[in-house]
Amino acid sequence: MSDAGSTDVQAPTVRVGGPVADATARGAASDVQGIPRHQLVAFGVMVAFFVVAPFTVYPVFLMKALCFALFACAFNLLIGYVGLLSFGHAVFLGSAGYATAHAAKVWGLPPELAIVFGTAVAAGLGLLIGALTIRSRGIYFANITLAFAQMIYFFCLQAKFTGGEDGIQAVPRGTLFGVLDLSRTYTIYFVTLAIFLLGFLVAYRAIHSPFGQVLKAVRENEPRAVSLGYKPEHYKLLAFVLSATLAGLAGSTKALVFQLASLTDVHWTMSGEVVLMTLLGGLGTVFGPVVGALVLVTLEHYLAQLGAWVTIVQGAIFVICVLTFRRGVVGELARILRKPL
Amino acid sequence: MTIFGVPLQALFGQLLIGLINGSFYALLSLGLSVIFGLLNIINFAHGALYMMGAFVAYFLLQYAGLGYWWALVLAPIIVGVLGIVIERTMLKRLYHLDHLYGLLLTFGFALVIQGVFRHEYGSSGIPYSMPAQLTGGQNLGFMFLPNYRAWVIVFSVAVCLGTWFVIERTKLGAYLRAATENPTLVRAFGINVPRMITLTYGFGVALAALAGVLAAPIYQVNPLMGADLIIVVFAVVVIGGMGSIMGSVVTGFTLGLVEGFTKVFYPEASNTVIFVIMALVLMVRPAGLFGRTA
Repeated sequence: MSDAGSTDVQAPTVRVGGPVADATARGAASDVQGIPRHQLVAFGVMVAFFVVAPFTVYPVFLMKALCFALFACAFNLLIGYVGLLSFGHAVFLGSAGYATAHAAKVWGLPPELAIVFGTAVAAGLGLLIGALTIRSRGIYFANITLAFAQMIYFFCLQAKFTGGEDGIQAVPRGTLFGVLDLSRTYTIYFVTLAIFLLGFLVAYRAIHSPFGQVLKAVRENEPRAVSLGYKPEHYKLLAFVLSATLAGLAGSTKALVFQLASLTDVHWTMSGEVVLMTLLGGLGTVFGPVVGALVLVTLEHYLAQLGAWVTIVQGAIFVICVLTFRRGVVGELARILRKPL
Repeated sequence: MTIFGVPLQALFGQLLIGLINGSFYALLSLGLSVIFGLLNIINFAHGALYMMGAFVAYFLLQYAGLGYWWALVLAPIIVGVLGIVIERTMLKRLYHLDHLYGLLLTFGFALVIQGVFRHEYGSSGIPYSMPAQLTGGQNLGFMFLPNYRAWVIVFSVAVCLGTWFVIERTKLGAYLRAATENPTLVRAFGINVPRMITLTYGFGVALAALAGVLAAPIYQVNPLMGADLIIVVFAVVVIGGMGSIMGSVVTGFTLGLVEGFTKVFYPEASNTVIFVIMALVLMVRPAGLFGRTA
C-alpha cells in the first residue's frame, strides 16, 4: 500500500509510471516558464559527473553506460509518459547499430552520416511497427511489440549483411566532420557524451512541451482527451517514433564506440534489460533512466566473470523492484525531496 | 512421388514435426490463456516453468528412480505447487496495480529460474530417454511414424479437449467463466474467487510443466528450452485471441503445421512465418482470430 499517498481513490489500479509522472506535472505547473531550479541542479550534477568521470574511470565503460542511458531515456518516453510498455525496444537499438556499422564499413560513410543513417533506419522501423501496434494497449501492446522484435531478430540472424552470429566487426570509427579523429579514446568519449546530452534534452523537451502535456492527458483519461478534439493515436504514434529514433541514436553511437554490431543488441533479453534499467531508476522520472543504466552497467561489469549470475541478479532485481520498489531510485529520491526529478 | 518438387516423404516428415511443435504451442498457449483469462496476467515465466517440468522429470529419474510415467503425473503437480506458492506470496500483491507489473514480475522469475538452471547445468542439453513402451514406430506406407511422437500428439489433443470441456461444459468451468467476466459479483454469490485464481494459476503452470515432460525425450532437457519458445507462443496467443481457450488450441496446432509447411517450401522464412501471420491478423482483426473485441 505504499502508493496510497498519491493514488486517486476512485482509480484503484495504479498505472505504470503514473504517480511519479503526476508529481512532475504538478511541479511544472508551479514553474511553467523555465525549468525548475532543482532539475537544473540535477542536470548540472549529471553533466559534471560525466565530464570528470572519464579521467578516473575506464572511458569505454562510461561510454557503454552513456549509450544505455540514452536508450533507457528513449524507452522511458513511452512507458513513463504514454503508459505503453514496449517489450521490443532492442529492435531499434540493434537495427540502428547494424545500419550504422554497415554504412561505415561497407559504404565507407563518415561517422556523422553513418549515425544519421542508422537513426533514420530505426525511425522508419518505429513508424512501421508503431503503426501496426499503437492501437493495442497494456499487455497486448507489450506482447505484440515483443513478437515483432523477435521477427526482426530472426531477420537479422539470417540476412547476409548482418554477418549472422559473428555480427559486423571492426567497424571503422572514422573522422567526425572530417576534423575529429574518433579513434582517440577521449575524443569519442566526449562525442558520445554530446550525443547523449542531445538525446536527453530532446526527450526532456518533448515531455515538457504541449505535445507532452497531451500525451499525459491521453494517458490519464483518453476519452476526455478525445472529447477535447485530440487524436490519441497520432500522439501515441509520434511518441513511439520519437522513442524509436532516440533508441536508434543510442544504437548507432554504440556501434561506433564498440566498433561492433551484433545479435545481442536485437535479442529480446536486451529489451528486458532496458525495462529493468528504467524500472530500477524510476519510471516516468527525468533522471531515473540514467541512474538505472549506470547502476545496471556497473553491476554487469562486476558480475561479467560469473556467467549466468548476471541473469539471476537481474531477475532478482526485477522481482524486488516490482514488489517493493516500484518508484525506483530517483522516484524514491523525488518523494523524499518532494521535488520532481 | 513428389509435390511441387518436394518428395512426399520429406513433406510428411516436416508436417509431423509441425504437428509436434503445434502440440507444444497448443499446450503452452492453453495454459497462458487460462491464466490470462482469470488473472489478466501474461505469464512470462511460462517458458521457464515448461523447462522446469522437463528438469523435474530428469531429477525424478536421476534421484528417485521414477520413470517417465511417474514424471508425467508428478512433474506437473510439483511445478504447479511452485506456481501456487508464487501466486500466493507475490503475484497476489500486484492485483490492485497495473497488469504490466505482473508481466514484469513473471519476467523477473523467468530470468532467475533460467539463470539458476544455466548456472548449474550449462547450456547443453541432457538426454532423457523415452519410455520403453513407446519406442519404435509404425510404417504407414507413405511415412514412418515414431510411436512416441504419435503419443505426444494424441495425448496433448486429449489434454486440450479435456481442459476445454471442463471450462466450457462443467459447473466449475461456469464459475471460472463467470469470475472472468465479473469477479466481484461472483464473490457476492459466496464463491471463493481468490482461491479459484490461485488454483487457476497452478493449473496453467502445471500444463506448462506437462508440456515440458512431453518435450524432454524429443528436445532433451535444456535450461534454455523455453526461452525462445515462449515468444513464439506469445505470438500464437495473440493470433488466437488472448483468453480464448479453443482459439489457442486450434491456433497452436494450425501454426505448428504452417511452420512445418514453410520449412518444406521456403525454409528461410520458417522462423518468422508465425510473426508475419501475427502482423497480418492484427491488421484485419486486432483482437485475434477467436478473440472478442473488448
